[in-house]
Amino acid sequence: MSNVSAKEFNTVPAGNPAVESPLHWSYQQQKTAGSVNAGVTLREKPLLGHVVLRGGAIVMDEAVRQVMGMSLPAKPNSVTRDETGERSIQWISPDEWLVIVPGGEEFGLERSLRQTLGDAHVSIVNVSGGQTLLTLAGENAREVLMKTVSFDVHPLAFPVGKGVTTVFAKATVVLRCASETEWELVVRRSFADYCYRWLLDASKEYGIDTQ
Amino acid sequence: MFYIHCPYCQEHREEEEFHPRGEAHLMRPADPDNATDEEWGDYLFFRQNPRGIHHELWVHSVGCRKFFNITRNTVTYEILETYRMGEQPSITAETEKVRKEQGVQTADGGWQTIGAQPESQALNEETSS
Repeated sequence: MSNVSAKEFNTVPAGNPAVESPLHWSYQQQKTAGSVNAGVTLREKPLLGHVVLRGGAIVMDEAVRQVMGMSLPAKPNSVTRDETGERSIQWISPDEWLVIVPGGEEFGLERSLRQTLGDAHVSIVNVSGGQTLLTLAGENAREVLMKTVSFDVHPLAFPVGKGVTTVFAKATVVLRCASETEWELVVRRSFADYCYRWLLDASKEYGIDTQ
Repeated sequence: MFYIHCPYCQEHREEEEFHPRGEAHLMRPADPDNATDEEWGDYLFFRQNPRGIHHELWVHSVGCRKFFNITRNTVTYEILETYRMGEQPSITAETEKVRKEQGVQTADGGWQTIGAQPESQALNEETSS
């Protein structure tokens, strides 16, 4: 293994340069005006801080409590959020969690987690540039998901606070039920355009409102 | 379409999310330096192909990306149990034989064992391995 002494690297360069969301190109290609009485509202929350934590649950839970003031999800396939709802931790697998924080916080979070964890056997990866978060709301949002993902999105099977990784059309998605009316989709950057256009097409019959 | 219980996610998921990875419980030769060609050949290339109970390695490739084991009946496609890596199956070809002698096949393809009265011996023999 290569001996990299500087594990930390701030992916946001100094000087506040111009940034584009993974869907920048898609917005230019797909001119969709917000339709009246749209059944589906699609929004992007671009440029958030996404961090993948891997390691032992007990060690990681202690560090996360100390740094973020919130605990790891206790149950599989669940999401914990702070009071504002801006920061969330999602269970991805028994030793993997996805943390989403407001953009710009991810580097500080990574640094303080590393300091807290010390020599513990963990991995912290900043994947902010690799994925983006879409929100799907409106009365027909669930119908759109029903024909898109293989997972059962009925409220009985998918209550608020649940989050799963599943098949989305021919891509994969991290799907979370944020509230009774709002769904969150974490999609890969390289699949963002595909997912966006799929959602536009699947929502056509209900009318879709994009920004 | 299988509906598979992932022992790590602790819930059922669609088969679409999984991928089969062959036979489970393959043991690498304990002393690789002194293993014979035959032992290596068995380990690398030779696999069971049973009619009946089979233990398979699957991966939840779209979900938690963990490997786990499935005990499956290759005749009826019935998935009898799923269990984590490192665990031993509770259902094997031997225990299944006992189960079959005691039970009858139910309409949904499963086996009823408690208070079962075989109505027809032919029904049992149809899927016997």
